[in-house]
Amino acid sequence: MSRADLPDPNEVRKRRLALLARADRAALERVFAGAGLPDHCVLKAEETGTVMVEGRAGGAGRRFNLGEATVTRCVVRVGDHMGVSYALGRDKRKARLVAVIDALMQDDAHRDALEAELLGPLEDALREARDRASRKAAATKVEFFTLVRGEG
Amino acid sequence: MYVAVKGGEAAILATHDLVAEERRGDPAVPELSVAQLREQMALAVARVMNEGSLFDEDLAALALKQSQGDAIEAAFLMRAYRTTLPRFGSSEPVDTAAMAIRRRISATYKDLPGGQVLGPTYDYTHRLFDFALAAEGGEVKIAPEAVAPLDRTMPRVPDILGAEGLMEPETPPEGDPRPFDLTRDPVEFPADRDVRLQTLARGDEGFLLGLAYSVQRGFGGNHPFAGEIRMGEVSVGFDVPELGFSIDLGEITLTECQMVNQFQGAKDVPPQFTRGYGLVFGHCERKAMSMAIVDRALKARQFGESADYPAQQEEFVLYHADNVEAAGFVEHLKLPHYVDFQGELELLRKIRREQEERAAANREAAE
Repeated sequence: MSRADLPDPNEVRKRRLALLARADRAALERVFAGAGLPDHCVLKAEETGTVMVEGRAGGAGRRFNLGEATVTRCVVRVGDHMGVSYALGRDKRKARLVAVIDALMQDDAHRDALEAELLGPLEDALREARDRASRKAAATKVEFFTLVRGEG
Repeated sequence: MYVAVKGGEAAILATHDLVAEERRGDPAVPELSVAQLREQMALAVARVMNEGSLFDEDLAALALKQSQGDAIEAAFLMRAYRTTLPRFGSSEPVDTAAMAIRRRISATYKDLPGGQVLGPTYDYTHRLFDFALAAEGGEVKIAPEAVAPLDRTMPRVPDILGAEGLMEPETPPEGDPRPFDLTRDPVEFPADRDVRLQTLARGDEGFLLGLAYSVQRGFGGNHPFAGEIRMGEVSVGFDVPELGFSIDLGEITLTECQMVNQFQGAKDVPPQFTRGYGLVFGHCERKAMSMAIVDRALKARQFGESADYPAQQEEFVLYHADNVEAAGFVEHLKLPHYVDFQGELELLRKIRREQEERAAANREAAE
């Protein structure tokens, strides 16, 4: 594979962090159920804060502040790799786990195993949940029909 | 003059214990969990998140538990907690066109791309009690699933009208400026649209509903159509300083309402429909609709309409929409005003004494 065929590393990380942000903490804990968390150095301790959520007037116009949302972040180093976690909510343990997984997945030695064990199943479960919610909504879609009156 | 008076400490401690006991109610009845409130009182949770101006379903459920279901007290708890947290920054503007839709209706087009999707709504219920809910442990209802999911994206109704040039355009101003933040800076008048929308988004649902109703009844002169209401999940994008690019922090539930209102035009602009916009956290449709109607009413200045009615007067609306501020000022009257009141009492006695003395003097003069 030539270098041009490799996926953009930023896109790879965006997909990973988006999936991990939506994961249950329990699913992340299971990754380390056997050996526990690997040695890592905490660069930015788990911290809960807020992000101001912006909207746009009319959906596409002037930006305005809708309100804040709680966000928890954490930055760690595992070996040579910096792992980052930013996700909605106040779960500090989850933030630490995500940051460690983000660092491990930059390492060729762990990437494929974590993809198969964690990210792949997470992605499938999310797709399935979205599809189910959408099909339940679709069951409430109105099918209009016209009553034909009298003799044609 | 303020005079510090000591005392009441023991009484205050005792009231904390008493309110905790009252909150728990009959101990023979099982205690509510925060998770139960979050899952089974989701619309109350949404209201608390909006008026508390903080998206966190667990915290809003805890706030409802702690406040015995008092929505304004719960919003106050959310606001107070928020002030203890650092602000990491601002999100990218949410893209409601990319919403994972669970409900989407239009009162202006019967057949529109994506269709009319009723979703979870009380609109078509008969408002008759379901006494089966009074008994616990009923079966868990599973909703039916259609064979195919909804369209992945659905056009927003004003964009359909906009494509024909029939709708007031909604585009970012030059340079797409950062919005004003009323939690950081004092509101000044005349207020721009971003100030108004932020204020309305955190405003009291009841206040906005009353104002919206007044507009419809003639105290405003707009005739709104619900162009579109959509509810569902939207991703929150955030530019992470450690990474240097934007990531997806997860998703939040939003309700958006686009009101279509009667025409405005000018010498160089042909007549067009005008817009009102509502956007709120969670499934909170009445609030989104009220917000959209009031947003349009507050455009009176922009369209050269005379602002004759309360909903069109931005100082009146923006200064009185916040229920935490309003409750604070109304309820502060409960605090001791002993000295103020003594002053008033003295004054009243003096006025009466003087009046009596004058009357007595007049009587004497007449005799």
